[in-house]
Amino acid sequence: MTTTEARPAAPPGERSSRRISINPRQSGIYVAFALIVVLFEVLTGGALLEPQNISNIIVQNSYVLILAIGMILVIISGHIDLSAGSVVAMTGAVSAVLMVNWHLPWFWAVLITVAVGAVIGAWQGYWVAYFGIPAFIVTLAGMLAFRALTLTVLGNQGIGPFPDTIRTLSNGFLDGYLGNVGLGPLGGADVVTLLAGVAAVAGIAFTQWRKRSARLGYGQDVDPFAIFVLKIAGVAVVVLALVVQLARFKNLPWVLILLTALVLGYSLVAGKSVFGRHIYAVGGNLQAATLSGVKVKSVTFWIFVNMGVLAALAGIIFAGRLNQAGPTAGVNFELDAIAAAFIGGAAVQGGVGKVVGAITGGLIMAVINNGMSLIGAPSERVMLVKGVVLLAAVAYDIWTKRRAAS
Amino acid sequence: MTELLGMRGITKTFPGVKALSDVTLSVRQGEIHAICGENGAGKSTLMKVLSGVYPHGTYDGEITFDGQRCEFGSVRDSERRGIVIIHQELALCGQLSIAENIFLGNERQQRGWIDWNRTNHEADALLKRVGLAENATRAVQEIGVGKQQLVEIAKALSKDVKLLILDEPTAALNDDDSAHLLDLLRGLRDEGVTCVIISHKLGEVTAIADTVTILRDGKTIETLDAAGLTEERIITGMVGRDLEHRFPPREPEIGEEVLRIEDWTVYSPNQADWLVVDRANLTLRRGEIVGLAGLMGAGRTELAMSVFGRSYGKNISGRIFKHGKEIDVRSVRDAVDHGIAYATEDRKRYGLNLIEDIQRNVSAAGLDKLAKRGWVDEHAEHDTANRYRRDLRIKAPTVNSVTGKLSGGNQQKVVLAKWIFTDPDVLILDEPTRGIDVGAKFEIYTIINELAAQGKAVLVISSELPELLGLCDRIYALSAGRITGEAQREDATQELLMQYMTKERE
Repeated sequence: MTTTEARPAAPPGERSSRRISINPRQSGIYVAFALIVVLFEVLTGGALLEPQNISNIIVQNSYVLILAIGMILVIISGHIDLSAGSVVAMTGAVSAVLMVNWHLPWFWAVLITVAVGAVIGAWQGYWVAYFGIPAFIVTLAGMLAFRALTLTVLGNQGIGPFPDTIRTLSNGFLDGYLGNVGLGPLGGADVVTLLAGVAAVAGIAFTQWRKRSARLGYGQDVDPFAIFVLKIAGVAVVVLALVVQLARFKNLPWVLILLTALVLGYSLVAGKSVFGRHIYAVGGNLQAATLSGVKVKSVTFWIFVNMGVLAALAGIIFAGRLNQAGPTAGVNFELDAIAAAFIGGAAVQGGVGKVVGAITGGLIMAVINNGMSLIGAPSERVMLVKGVVLLAAVAYDIWTKRRAAS
Repeated sequence: MTELLGMRGITKTFPGVKALSDVTLSVRQGEIHAICGENGAGKSTLMKVLSGVYPHGTYDGEITFDGQRCEFGSVRDSERRGIVIIHQELALCGQLSIAENIFLGNERQQRGWIDWNRTNHEADALLKRVGLAENATRAVQEIGVGKQQLVEIAKALSKDVKLLILDEPTAALNDDDSAHLLDLLRGLRDEGVTCVIISHKLGEVTAIADTVTILRDGKTIETLDAAGLTEERIITGMVGRDLEHRFPPREPEIGEEVLRIEDWTVYSPNQADWLVVDRANLTLRRGEIVGLAGLMGAGRTELAMSVFGRSYGKNISGRIFKHGKEIDVRSVRDAVDHGIAYATEDRKRYGLNLIEDIQRNVSAAGLDKLAKRGWVDEHAEHDTANRYRRDLRIKAPTVNSVTGKLSGGNQQKVVLAKWIFTDPDVLILDEPTRGIDVGAKFEIYTIINELAAQGKAVLVISSELPELLGLCDRIYALSAGRITGEAQREDATQELLMQYMTKERE
């Protein structure tokens, strides 16, 4: 069999294909997100995208978004985690005991708490992966058990207040290291934040450009050049608008930086690492993955360990934000994270989903929460709308799949 | 004889594809009518149009049944008229009893309450009619697939079937069960039940059919009287060209021993005392294609899978030697590392991730070769997949096509590509051409020959003896877990192999 063929060094911009890569199943979620934002921006008379409100949405939902990252990996692998909320409470309680009662330095306390999260994940991962109990059962048991342990650790009372560092991580903002700059009618804005935004746009444009050149070099299909530029420009406008609004308020929230790092890191792991590929393989066809030499059990185990670590991170941030670890922390967080994953395009059978999708799903719910409370809607109506959105999102997903199949 | 079913000018288009184009089918009362064609020729689509899976209005053309024009809106409509389809994948509920399955959706009831006496009594009568000696209260999962097929037929008979359509009814059956099934169909024909049978097994078609209709590329090519019809004649119609040889020519160059298995013994994972493979010995040599023949349940797949990293079985004992050195193969990973590959008989369930594209399936077993420090080089991966798409002639527009939408032959090529990419010394191919049309089979044989020519040792497991005879240099026969015989290419005949395969345990 002949293998190599001279690879044509294609001049960029010329070998563009006829096909524009828009997949309705994947892009639908982003379009829906944009529409929901516009809808609530109109309904709230512009309050939704006020600088302070954007900041609030991010800070108030950061922990669910962190859980959603872990949850999407669990769901892609074909499992579920119902214990995440209880683990958030438990790890929050542990961190409170370490820092408040035992006066450990925050760094060691965070490290130990994350390790506790990993151990919890390993415990559940063991039963799911090596013992073969369905994750639904294992994590349902975990949901009860870790809530009970939370109460034991806390002795049935809240523990606080937290050291300043933790509170800054949860609630705080970057300092204005370089001062402010006037943006005409928009008023003053933080320079560091603006620079970060410009750097982010430049980074996105650069990596996309490199990806495109590499694809062209290998003779693969790419978007026509004009579409490529339009896409980048669209992303740039959204990112810059967001950054300008944040810069006008109080600079970048620390959790946003953490969240961005997590999203980038996990997107890379999911899409480009061998481990990430194995997650999709296990979820897509367990037997085929096994017979292809994927260490299915170990993959499943580590997915749950990872979920425990992220839940611990969310637990610390949530406790820091309330400045207290309480017994009812994290109730129903797992459901929000699961909903985020499914709204974001994960498939119930596993094998499908993206980190960015789950984040978008989480943001859709966050905007609905926030927007409806801004227009004074009662909480029962918010719940109703969220339920309908979840159902509609999955129905849309199944509908597009069915249409593609017939 | 009068016409029972007439389908005229049937055209069915899917977005971008014309699956059927002006197809005509005429089935006479009381005959067995075979439909032949390559995969993708439109057989299944035609049957879905007939049974109402694609309701009236979604296709063009006209269907008449029993002299009346039919416009079926659903499967229920067609069943009410007496048209019943038995699909290749049986639609039975494993945990329910035979009787419950027979009357599923058609329960013997009184005001919503099941009449169990009537259910079991009538089921017994139907079982007698299809020649199945089983208790009707037994769970369907406890009986073999051959018997399950008979339960499906009993179910069809319970609905007062006039036209019975069987899609690949013998694909999963061994020769005994197949013969019994074909006898049963003859019996039903004599009772006045008209049958349409879709089959890739042309020997069966010539043996049982009264009339043969051949489809190719969504068109009716011809309708032939089966009397005096040869397999070669049917193949000519199916592929539209003369297939002088069903097997590509090959000059074997056999070298030294690559793999030797000694005293290989495997027990069933479900039943601790059931010996599935019993002290099997076999050797594979460089550049050699070796066959493994055996009836259903003889332990062929079990032998292969237990060797392949203990993927099947319990209490496995015996020794494996690679190039004369004993190796320990405890996991699939070990097997791959030792240069052993196994392409499964059930590619949809065990071979492919059907929701992923060709690229990711091709790389699934050899991903480490495309990765540096845990990160996958996607461009190299794309290149690799593209190379195999060209070399193995996988028919897909790009390597980003989802494998679930490929035809059986192309799916099999993706599975082969996945294993060839791991660069094995030993390839075990379990039913490599099951459910694949004649043209694609030839291509798969060519690939197998090329692999042998590259110096790999190939073990082919197949239920089709002519395939083994046409392909292999040497053939082992397996019966009840024991290797009961070995035949060289020159000596091997179907009769000899069958003798070995049916040898009782002494």
